[in-house]
Amino acid sequence: MSASLLRTSVVRYALRASAPKPSTRAGLAGTAFVRGKATLPDLPYDYGALEPAISGKIMELHHDKHHQTYVTSLNNFSEQMAEAKQKEDITAQIALQPMINFHGGGHINHSLFWENLAPTSEGGGEPPTGQLAKAINESYGSLDAMKEKFNAALAGIQGSGWAWLVQDTQTGSISIKTYANQDPVVGQFRPLLGIDAWEHAYYLQYQNRKAEYFKAIWEVVNWKAAEKRLK
Amino acid sequence: MRRYTSLPIALFSLLLRSSTCVFASEQPQQPFEFGAMSASTYSLPPLPYGYDALEPHISAQIMELHHSKHHQTYITNLNAALKTQAEAVHTSDIATQVSVQQGIRFNAGGHINHSLFWQNLCPASSPDAKTSSAPKLFKQIKATWGDEETFRDAFKGALLGIQGSGWGWLVKVEIGKEQRLAIVTTKDQDPVVGKGEIPIFGVDMWEHAYYLQYLNGKAAYVENIWNVINWKTAEERYLGTRADAFKILKASI
Repeated sequence: MSASLLRTSVVRYALRASAPKPSTRAGLAGTAFVRGKATLPDLPYDYGALEPAISGKIMELHHDKHHQTYVTSLNNFSEQMAEAKQKEDITAQIALQPMINFHGGGHINHSLFWENLAPTSEGGGEPPTGQLAKAINESYGSLDAMKEKFNAALAGIQGSGWAWLVQDTQTGSISIKTYANQDPVVGQFRPLLGIDAWEHAYYLQYQNRKAEYFKAIWEVVNWKAAEKRLK
Repeated sequence: MRRYTSLPIALFSLLLRSSTCVFASEQPQQPFEFGAMSASTYSLPPLPYGYDALEPHISAQIMELHHSKHHQTYITNLNAALKTQAEAVHTSDIATQVSVQQGIRFNAGGHINHSLFWQNLCPASSPDAKTSSAPKLFKQIKATWGDEETFRDAFKGALLGIQGSGWGWLVKVEIGKEQRLAIVTTKDQDPVVGKGEIPIFGVDMWEHAYYLQYLNGKAAYVENIWNVINWKTAEERYLGTRADAFKILKASI
């Protein structure tokens, strides 16, 4: 799937959530839209499938509750945004923008996250190949060196946020970037691989030992998904 | 309780230490001894109650992790950052002095916020948990918000509106002769240290503050924490100065 298509479709539908036109992008892997409404995408594996790296209980709450709340709130604020646009109420539109960014970002980030994880029985943890493997080796020397830098970036997040392996849409080069809260990877960069560093992503299993979570999650990273996002 | 048998001894030794510091703090504080390249080091202030004292509103498991692990980590990282800063000052390494600032802000903020937080909580059974322990503060709360319920709703709304990690505070703002109350939210570990701002009580909205017990149900946490707000501490901070509110931090040096 194309991450930039997903991004475009979310933003576009967020801005005209009440548009009656049925979505032509409903078939996009990871995210489904029905009549301009965001809906919770199905997980491509069972809740318990990422154990022992991530517990079934975490996965269930994370997908069924947290992600669902972002979807519900995005639809709610998108509706308000559509009304504000209809009334040409610029003040209300600006006031709603951070809500769209946060909840829309939450929806985008989690949709990409579920897809860039996989059970070990389905290729989770198998190292990247092809163009992405080449880019990682060129930029970081080795996959292990990249993981080390990525984990340092994750550990350095002050508060809630995400770390992403991204591709610069202008130069094509890859890099590691962190984003606060639910800020999505938009604009100059294209998301390749994201790891959720919110406490709800690991706390029930790892508590304050987040370094253990950052180490374990590589066992279930779906590099095939990241490869498909690379252009 | 069996897990906490060593607590009274730890508490006693820390109290001893902090009382020594009260005398020491009457002299002007030197943040750095440049000659020795050393900085003040902070230590974990003891909880003024047992880990299980806030149950059922906040579980003992949360309190123990939150205090002995999370708060301790902020202190450990703060001390390391202050040491780096002191060395950079000593060697006139201005680039390092600047680069270490964000780390100091975050970890010092974590230390400040949690130190204030423990003190502005108390067991629900304590008389301090009754709003009648804060008569003067409540007079101004009512003058500002109309009634207690409106105030609580406004505070709860602010807490639930935080996007990501952060805190909600009731703050006294004193600028010149003007004095007012305000509900403010802060992101991550940003502390309430602005000019003329005195934190009265704070609520931690990081997920680690409630997740083991409330999971994604943060509205229930925000509802239940009102049962364990220490209104006596709130009244003292409201009537006191900024230095009074932060004295716990000097005691933990």
